[in-house]
Amino acid sequence: MEAAAATVTRRRPTWLAGLVPLLVLGLAIGLFVALDAPGLDRIGVPQEELAVERTVLKPGEIELHVRNDGADPVQVRQVIVNDGYASFAQTDKNIGRLGGAEIDVQYPWIEGQTYEIALLTTTGATIEHTIDVAVETPEAGLGFYGLMALIGFYVGVIPVAIGMLWLPWVRSVDARWTRFLLAFTVGLLAFLGIDALLEGTELAGTGAETLGGAALVWLGAAGAYLGLTAVDGWLARRRQRLDGAGRGDGVRAGAGGVRGLGYRAAFLVALGIGLHNLGEGLAIGSAYAIGSLALGAALVVGFALHNTTEGLAIVAPVARQGAASLPRLALLGLLAGAPAMVGAWIGASAFDPNLAALMFGIGAGAIAQVIVQIAPAVKDEAGRLLHPLAAGGLLAGLLVMYATGLLVSV
Amino acid sequence: MRKFWNGKVSRRGLIGGAAATGAALPVVHELVPHQGLHDQAATAAEHKARARAAHRGSGHLGAVGSVDPRANGFDPHEIVRDFDEGIVRGGVREWELVAEDREIEVAPGVRYAAWTYNGRVPGPTLRAREGERLRIRFVNGSSHPHTIHFHGIHRDVMDGIPGVGPGNIAPGESTVYEFDATPFGLHLYHCHSTPLAEHIAKGLYGGFVIDPRQGRPAADELVMVMNGFDTNFDRSNEVYAVNTVAFAYMDKPIRVKRGELVRIYLVNALEFDLLNSFHVHANFFDYYPTGTRLEPRDFTDTVIQGQGERGILELRFPYTGKYMFHAHVSEFAELGWMGFFEVV
Repeated sequence: MEAAAATVTRRRPTWLAGLVPLLVLGLAIGLFVALDAPGLDRIGVPQEELAVERTVLKPGEIELHVRNDGADPVQVRQVIVNDGYASFAQTDKNIGRLGGAEIDVQYPWIEGQTYEIALLTTTGATIEHTIDVAVETPEAGLGFYGLMALIGFYVGVIPVAIGMLWLPWVRSVDARWTRFLLAFTVGLLAFLGIDALLEGTELAGTGAETLGGAALVWLGAAGAYLGLTAVDGWLARRRQRLDGAGRGDGVRAGAGGVRGLGYRAAFLVALGIGLHNLGEGLAIGSAYAIGSLALGAALVVGFALHNTTEGLAIVAPVARQGAASLPRLALLGLLAGAPAMVGAWIGASAFDPNLAALMFGIGAGAIAQVIVQIAPAVKDEAGRLLHPLAAGGLLAGLLVMYATGLLVSV
Repeated sequence: MRKFWNGKVSRRGLIGGAAATGAALPVVHELVPHQGLHDQAATAAEHKARARAAHRGSGHLGAVGSVDPRANGFDPHEIVRDFDEGIVRGGVREWELVAEDREIEVAPGVRYAAWTYNGRVPGPTLRAREGERLRIRFVNGSSHPHTIHFHGIHRDVMDGIPGVGPGNIAPGESTVYEFDATPFGLHLYHCHSTPLAEHIAKGLYGGFVIDPRQGRPAADELVMVMNGFDTNFDRSNEVYAVNTVAFAYMDKPIRVKRGELVRIYLVNALEFDLLNSFHVHANFFDYYPTGTRLEPRDFTDTVIQGQGERGILELRFPYTGKYMFHAHVSEFAELGWMGFFEVV
């Protein structure tokens, strides 16, 4: 019998054998569903859950974007706003599992007041949502996108560009202090990475849990880390081939020592910071959308100080490089800063907690990868990673970010 | 650290934050080109105002949709003038009340697993004359033990409470309550099994009218049982109504004749809220608390009733038109306890 099986596998492509369990699984599921789950009876009442993912306030109207977060379909039949029925329209009268719907409630809401909304389902259950402070949601128009771009420019592009002005100074310090600056960069990145993970996890808690919740953050982080590692490996091989052809600019990866870094590392740092700034833009944009623009505007100054150090992090790896081309530096600056603008657009016009959580995760993963890239360059001549100057730099990076972070905490 | 995106900004927090940063804000407001936003908001507001005006014009307030009385098996428009005088057999007035579990629609699209007498909420409005002998056969067709406790003057064994007389009537069992109709007035009957609030709130109650020996002046008589439904079991009501269905008399007003005497038997069967009230627009009424005196205590347009309280209202409408009536507890009104008289 063993021989017969072996003959079969030899005759047929091996991937077919890999499909067999999947086919059996499919068949079993089909049968199970067709027989309506034999032997398993549902007990209890339907689990009706809706996550309100986005609230849009327009004059005389409250628009709720909901997603079914539970196991059973949800049928919203009445809407109660502050202890009174309100008339409404909905895009889907029977919201299936993971399904989304828009519920438009006619209500003469007043700016600055609090509204408690209860969605009354056909079974009599209520799904409650509170609008803490009612403020009109900005409509997406040219002026609005301009405004978001301006805020993103203030908090992202300008501070990073200013920070990059440290380049001449970075160049003038000796190799020991360059290692200190790189350690400082690692500390700064570590702070941003931890921050991104925490923010992402907190955001994920506000969305539909069935879509992954906090797992999205970690998936995003792992995906970004692995993806960037692959891209980096590919870039390194390509560079080696070019070096072999005599066209390289003297940059070699992973060789240790400051000279081993260069624009590739700077690019990765800029990318990691850029992904993080995308998340920050999202946060600012959505704060604007829910009417806490006051806070968002107050944060501009804090963000600017906070993000200026990011510019330093980008130029630190190119300290020992030859002539810096201005367009190249400008591109690095844009890569790190401009995502804040994109994030602000997305955050204010189409904010989705799950998407935002995923983005924060991606940012964290990218930062982790960049840290792994830069770390070898921190080693001293003896090959020690955590020599006193490096440890000092690391700590300084963390502390500076913590201190400037206080300016943007609420 | 930045916790400002997820809408969890408390009002106090926002005000505090605004105060702390107040100096910087106007500057930013002026710096940022956003005039377009203001303009857009203005036009959107006008658009919405027009839409809302059109909406009001449809005469529809509050809940969306309507309740099908056929599916429920009872119609608030029939209940409002339905008095059940039973059958007189051998000098005794008799009724049969059957407790029955039944899912009903209490607001458009919103279903409630009610407990009913004779398949309706409120139960039948029983009507007798002062001094008559009354006999009520109670059959428990529900899956829970129940009783019928009548307000009135009678012996303890006929009081319909657990542990005294026949006590709780188990599912499938039956009993007979027998007593004299006294005193005259507007009373109430309801289940008295425990937990009490639950057995009443689920729908086991009804009006109980005992007419005085000499009768009352001829009138267009209405019965209004003020009730509510806790659909999500948080011991507060999501739906308020008279005769069960939210806004039933909004979409289709109660028709009365101009100048004719209208008598309203008003019963408060509401649970979880201590008070309920009745207010009629553009008119005043004579109020007879519990209906046990023939002289009105009050001439008013608003009356408050506590849990289990009831009274008789008498009024005439001098003008034709549509006149609103509702709980003057505004919250109840907007959650369904609101209707119209249409005077013709």
